[in-house]
Amino acid sequence: MSRQHEHRPRPGLVMPVDRSTPPVLMHHGEQLRLQRLPADRSRVIYPPEPLEPIEDEGAAIREALDNPIDSDPLDQRLFAGMRLTIAFDDVSLPLPPMRAPDIRQRIIEAVLDRAAAAGVDDVHLIAALALHRRMTEAELRHAVGDRVYDALAPRGQLYNHDAEDPDGMVLLGTTDHGEEVEISRRAAESDLIVYVNVNLVAMDGGWKSTATGLSGYRALRHHHNPATMTHSRSFMDRHNSELHHSNWRQGEVLRSAGVEVFQIETTLNNDLYGNGPMSVLAKREWEWTARDRAGFVATRAALDRMRPGTRRKVMHRWRAPYGLTSVQAGEVEAVHEVTTRNVYRQQLVEVEGQTDVLLFGLPYISPYNVDSILNPILVHCLGLGYFFNLYRGRPLVREGGVVIMSHPTTPEFNPVHHPSYIDFFEEVLPETTDPVEMAERFEKDYANDEWYRHLYRTGHAYHGVHPFYMWYWGAHALDHLGGVVVLGGDPATVRRLGYRPASTLDDALEIASDLVGPTPTITYFKNPPLMMADVK
Amino acid sequence: MRVRTASLPSLRDLDPRRRIRSLGFPYTSAPTPASVEPLPGPALGDRYDSDWARSPIARATRVVAQETVGRAVTTALCRPRVHNRDRMEDLEGPAVFVANHHSHLDTGLLIGSLPRPWRHEVVVAAAADYFFDTPARAAAAAWFWGAVPMERQRVSRRGALAAAELIEEGWSLAIFPEGGRSPDGWGQAHKGGAAYLAARCGVPVVPVHMDGTDLVLPKGRRRPTPHRVTVNFGAPMHRDGEDARRFSARIEATLEVLADETRSDWYSARLAAARGETPSLRGPEFSTWRRDWLLEGSRAGRPGVSSSRRSVRDRARGNDPW
Repeated sequence: MSRQHEHRPRPGLVMPVDRSTPPVLMHHGEQLRLQRLPADRSRVIYPPEPLEPIEDEGAAIREALDNPIDSDPLDQRLFAGMRLTIAFDDVSLPLPPMRAPDIRQRIIEAVLDRAAAAGVDDVHLIAALALHRRMTEAELRHAVGDRVYDALAPRGQLYNHDAEDPDGMVLLGTTDHGEEVEISRRAAESDLIVYVNVNLVAMDGGWKSTATGLSGYRALRHHHNPATMTHSRSFMDRHNSELHHSNWRQGEVLRSAGVEVFQIETTLNNDLYGNGPMSVLAKREWEWTARDRAGFVATRAALDRMRPGTRRKVMHRWRAPYGLTSVQAGEVEAVHEVTTRNVYRQQLVEVEGQTDVLLFGLPYISPYNVDSILNPILVHCLGLGYFFNLYRGRPLVREGGVVIMSHPTTPEFNPVHHPSYIDFFEEVLPETTDPVEMAERFEKDYANDEWYRHLYRTGHAYHGVHPFYMWYWGAHALDHLGGVVVLGGDPATVRRLGYRPASTLDDALEIASDLVGPTPTITYFKNPPLMMADVK
Repeated sequence: MRVRTASLPSLRDLDPRRRIRSLGFPYTSAPTPASVEPLPGPALGDRYDSDWARSPIARATRVVAQETVGRAVTTALCRPRVHNRDRMEDLEGPAVFVANHHSHLDTGLLIGSLPRPWRHEVVVAAAADYFFDTPARAAAAAWFWGAVPMERQRVSRRGALAAAELIEEGWSLAIFPEGGRSPDGWGQAHKGGAAYLAARCGVPVVPVHMDGTDLVLPKGRRRPTPHRVTVNFGAPMHRDGEDARRFSARIEATLEVLADETRSDWYSARLAAARGETPSLRGPEFSTWRRDWLLEGSRAGRPGVSSSRRSVRDRARGNDPW
C-alpha cells in the first residue's frame, strides 16, 4: 500500500512460482484460503497498487463542470424553467460500496448547487438501475447523501428507475441494426440529463450509462443476448465489445432524438482495504508483517467458525476507502475515452502469453448481490462473465483451456432479491446450460412473467429475465473454454451449472489435465483488488 | 503378549519455536521471491546495508569492544591455545578465513586469534535469516563482529556479491562454510560459498580448525561451561586450476587434517593424510545415538564409552537455527 510504505504505487506484477514461493491468498466466497501452486509452471498476477487519489475532490469536480470536454460548461446549460434529470449509477457500483461520502453525493451536490443558482425547479433524480433491484432508502441515502435525499425524495423527485412502468418508458427509435431504443420518459423529455457515473471497470460508462441504465427489457434484449455477449472480446475493451457497439448505436439514436446528455464520469483507485485490519488482503504475501500474519490467521479462523449468515453480514458490512483518481465531464463519447484511459492506468497489468489453466478465487460480492447471497448463477456470472473478461487483447487462458474457480457454490438464494433465479436454477439449468437454447426456450416467459414484474416494481427483486442475462455474461467464456472446474464447491450444485467439482487444487488440476495435458501452465489471477490483464 | 507402547514426543519436538517454524507461512514470514523488487523500508536479511559498520568511528569502537569485552569473554570461557599462526607469515593482503563451526563463541574466538592486521580488517559472513532478522540484532552483529549478511536458506547472490566487493576493497572475510553450527558435535558438509569467493577474488583461503568450543557453548545450550579450546591455523591455500566445487572439497579435507593434527600431532596427521586415513569431521553415517556415542567416546579417548558431557536437556535444546 502506497500510504503505508511511503512509496510510489507499484504496477501489477506477474510472478513466476518456484519452490520458495509461499502459498498465495485466495478468496473462497466469504472465506479466505492459502493455496500453494505447482512450482515452475505457475505464475501469479498481482494487481497494481492503488494510485494516489486526488487530494482536493471538490476542486476537481468544479474543474470538470466548468471546463467539460466537447461541451459548454454546465452553468451555461442550466436555465430557469428547464426540466433537469440527474441519473446516477445504482447500488451495483462500486464494489464493495464506498465509504461515505460517496463520490456520487459530492458530484450531485455540486450539480444541484449550480441548478439552484440557475433557478431550476424541475429536478428529478433517478437511480439508473435498468432491470436491477430497486435501491432501499438506506442505499439511496448512502449514494446521494442525506441532504439530497431529504430535499428531493419526500417530494417524489428522487426515485428508482422503473423499466416496467407502462407510462414511464418511451420508444425513441431504432438503430440501423434494428435495435429498439427505449428509455425513461422523464429522462427523454428533459432538457438535459446529467448522468453521474462511477467507472469501477472499463465496461462502465459511455452510452452504456444512459442507453442501458435508463432502459428496459425492450431495448436491453438487443445486446443482452448470447450472440452479442459471445462476440464481446472483451466487455472491458470497448472497441472490441459487441455489447458496447450496440450501446453506442443506441446512443446515436438518443442523440438524433434530441436527448441532451451531460456525462460526468469518475474513476476510483483500487484501494479496497485501506490501512486497516483488512489491508493484508491487498498485500503480496512476502510483504506480510507479523501483524498482518497474525491478523490474517485470526480473521481466517473467525470466518471459518462463523455461521454462513453471520459471515455474510460481516463481509458485506465492509465499506471501501476508495480514492478518486479522475473526474471528467462533457460529451458522452469524448468523456468516456478519457475515463477508460484512467481506468486502464489503475488496472492494467501486462501479461505475456496465454495459459492452459486460469485460476480465480471468487470473493463474496458481485454487482448483483450487494447485501445478499452470491448464488450459483452469480458465481457463474462473476467467474466467467467478469473475471474471465478482465482482459484486453486475448483472454488470459487459451482457447480450449480450463478455468478453475474457488468458491463454495452452495444452492442458496435470496428470495427477496433473486426470486426468478430460484426458478431459473430449478427449471432452466436442469434442462440446458446452453445460452442459445435457454434464450430460445425460456427467456420470454421469464421476462414477461407478471409475478416477477410485480416483485421488480414493488419489492427489491431483480427483473424476471435477469438470471438469463447473468448466464449470458458467461457466453464468451463458455464458447472459448474447454472446461470449468469449481474448487471447493457443492458437487451437486456445481454439476447443475455444467461444471466439474473438485475438493483440492490437485484434484482440479487432475481433472483439467484431461483437457489440457498432464503438465499445464497455470495462471492465478489474484483478484480483488480489481485489475485487468493486457495479454500480449 | 505384545505390549503396545505409545511413542512420546521428544523435548525437541515440543519446543514452541520449532513447532511454529514447522507450521510455515503464514505463521512465519515468507521469503521475498528472487524475481521481486523488495519494498523500501528497513531492509533486513541479505538486503541489510552494513556499510556504516565499516566507518572509522564504528571500526574504532569495535576494536575497543573486541579487545576488551570480547577478549575477556573468550579468555574466561575458552582459555584458547593458538597454534601455527606462523603459517601465515607469507600471507599478504586480504584472505578468506575458513573455520569449522560449533558455537556462537567461534566468531569471537576466530577474530581474536587472528594476527594483526587481519584481526581488525576482517568482516564475518553471518546468517542473514538469523543475525539480520531485526534491526537491533542486525546492528549489533554488524558493529560488534563486523558481520555482513549471507543468505543460507535460499539461492541469492546478493550476499556473495557484496562480500566479493569487500574483499576487492581489501577486507578479509571470515566464513563458516558449514552454514551453521553443528547440531550434534560432528561437522557438516561444506557449502561452496567460501571457495567461490576466494576463487572469484583471487585471494588465498586460510583454514582454521577450532577444537572444543562445542564443549563450552554448544548449539542448544544457554549457559556456557568453561573449557580449554585449541585454535589451529593451516597454511594459506590457493586455487590450483580446479573449479570452486573441487576447491571447496580440498578446503574441507585440509580442515580434517588440521583437526587430526590438533588431536594427535603434525607428523601423525600427515602420515594419516598420506594413507587416506584422516578421520572425517562429519562422522560416520550411523543412526543418531551411534554418532553421539562415537563422538563422546572419541573425546574421552576411549571409543565406545560416553562421557556424557551434555545432558539430555541440552541435546533437546539443540534446535536453534544457527
